[in-house]
Amino acid sequence: MQALSIRGLTKTYANGVHALRGIDLDVEEGDFFALLGPNGAGKTTTIGIIMSLVSKSGGAVTVFGHDIDRELDRAKSCIGLVPQEINFNQFEKVHTVIANQAGFYGIPRKLALERSEKYLRQLQLWDKREHIARSLSGGMKRRLMIARALVHEPRLLILDEPTAGVDIEIRRSMWGFLRGINAEGTTIILTTHYLEEAESLCRHIAIIDGGRIIENDTMSGVIRKLSQETFVLNFRCPASVVPQLPGYVSRLTDDHTLEIDVTREQGLNDIFAKLSQQGIEVVSMRNKVNRLEELFMRLVERKDAQAAGG
Amino acid sequence: MEAQPLGRIRRIGFQTIVRREFGRIIRIWGQTLVPPAVTAALYFLIFGSLIGRRIGQMDGFDYMQYIAPGLIMMAVISNSYGNVVSSFFGAKFGKHIEELLVAPLPNWLIVLGYVAGGLMRGLLVGAVVLAVSLFFTHVPVAHPLLVAGSVILTSVVFALGGLFNAIFAKNFDQISWFPTFVLTPLVYLGGVFYSVALLPPWAETLSYVNPILYMVNAFRHGFLGTSDVDPGFAFLIMGAFAIAMFLVVVVLMNRGTGIRE
Repeated sequence: MQALSIRGLTKTYANGVHALRGIDLDVEEGDFFALLGPNGAGKTTTIGIIMSLVSKSGGAVTVFGHDIDRELDRAKSCIGLVPQEINFNQFEKVHTVIANQAGFYGIPRKLALERSEKYLRQLQLWDKREHIARSLSGGMKRRLMIARALVHEPRLLILDEPTAGVDIEIRRSMWGFLRGINAEGTTIILTTHYLEEAESLCRHIAIIDGGRIIENDTMSGVIRKLSQETFVLNFRCPASVVPQLPGYVSRLTDDHTLEIDVTREQGLNDIFAKLSQQGIEVVSMRNKVNRLEELFMRLVERKDAQAAGG
Repeated sequence: MEAQPLGRIRRIGFQTIVRREFGRIIRIWGQTLVPPAVTAALYFLIFGSLIGRRIGQMDGFDYMQYIAPGLIMMAVISNSYGNVVSSFFGAKFGKHIEELLVAPLPNWLIVLGYVAGGLMRGLLVGAVVLAVSLFFTHVPVAHPLLVAGSVILTSVVFALGGLFNAIFAKNFDQISWFPTFVLTPLVYLGGVFYSVALLPPWAETLSYVNPILYMVNAFRHGFLGTSDVDPGFAFLIMGAFAIAMFLVVVVLMNRGTGIRE
């Protein structure tokens, strides 16, 4: 079953800005889906329309088969939202924020308090339950919004940049948590500017730019479309000249470090063999930039170039 | 999650809004419950004890007794209005109105929840001011049902008024403009402190355009059995205002005015 189906979605704001120009998107139940795009691409507008925070100009949205025009309350009861901006009452206690949200979804108070404890514990906020929400750190506030979104145990969880401004340790613990609830069956849609995060977590990806979907595939399918990657090789001993690597474009960034561009048709074994013949030992290797990031930049730049060319 | 009946979701959702609003009233009791008590005590002290003695009787009652229902109603009006306008605009300003907008609750239910919050504060403050008035004078109750009906309807009307104001407000100035320049003058000129029969004919006629006059007089009739207007007509006006304002506010919410892009 499709968790989310979007057809021909358009949005034109009152100031004339065309935020969405006809989006089609399907997310299967159980998927971990990345919705990526540069700032102002239309990600948050799309999420806002799904959640009825933004009125659509045209098109159709269904959530687990419930059309938001005809069965809005049914559709909304299936979704939990972690928004980009902090939007809980900062003057309420942490556990009150969670228990109230449960009540808004029809969860009886006793069960709401039990769920509040369950998710606050899972997100390491239980010892802060009596604190005023305003007093939490930025990372804690983000986790509080995740706990709040989960308290009615939605079938679809939408996270709009949930790890923005969160340190790497907390971010990675949040990744583990999200993988866990996805494994238990919750469909997740994630928007993020950390492409490493999307690559690590998501199985499907859509890239949106200028209000249009410009890529929509499995994560591995998208990565395979990357025609060229740049690798950084670190040598054990210093190299005074650029190693002889015919057919490759390479450059020394310092005497221990070589950057080399490798196309999809070329292989790394060949490079290692050639370096080994020249007595150069490679001690480590990494992508210069995240692969998804490289692809993302190329897609967005290509679209910009097409737009500039008319 | 198992699909719950929408009726159950709505019942619990409404209870949760009411619980949250009640919690807010109690949490900030220093702003909600105490100031009306202090203000009422000063009114009774100055207008009742000091000036009232020189005024003598009005409509057959001590001046303090005469103004007591009006002062209670004045507090009910301003607090019902103030509770909803500040709570709803605060939720817009802090963006936590989105907690309700993303939930599976219809707009009419959200409106009812906020109105219930305004009604709770109106009745709580009314009870506080009544208690204060009992320190100064005896307040008879001629028609308890009229008292209850008029205070509830008035509170609902002004809770809806507060919501109307909060929907359109874009900053804090805009939530204080209406209470300061419209509501307060209408309340003071609405027969709280005097019978309109004492006014010159043109001013008396003009006073009948003021809806608050009907609310104050219906309430006073409930306590003292005396009124400048027909209580039945007053209830008709209050009921019409309540229904009309409820419909307007729900339509505005459905259109997303002030809350959706």
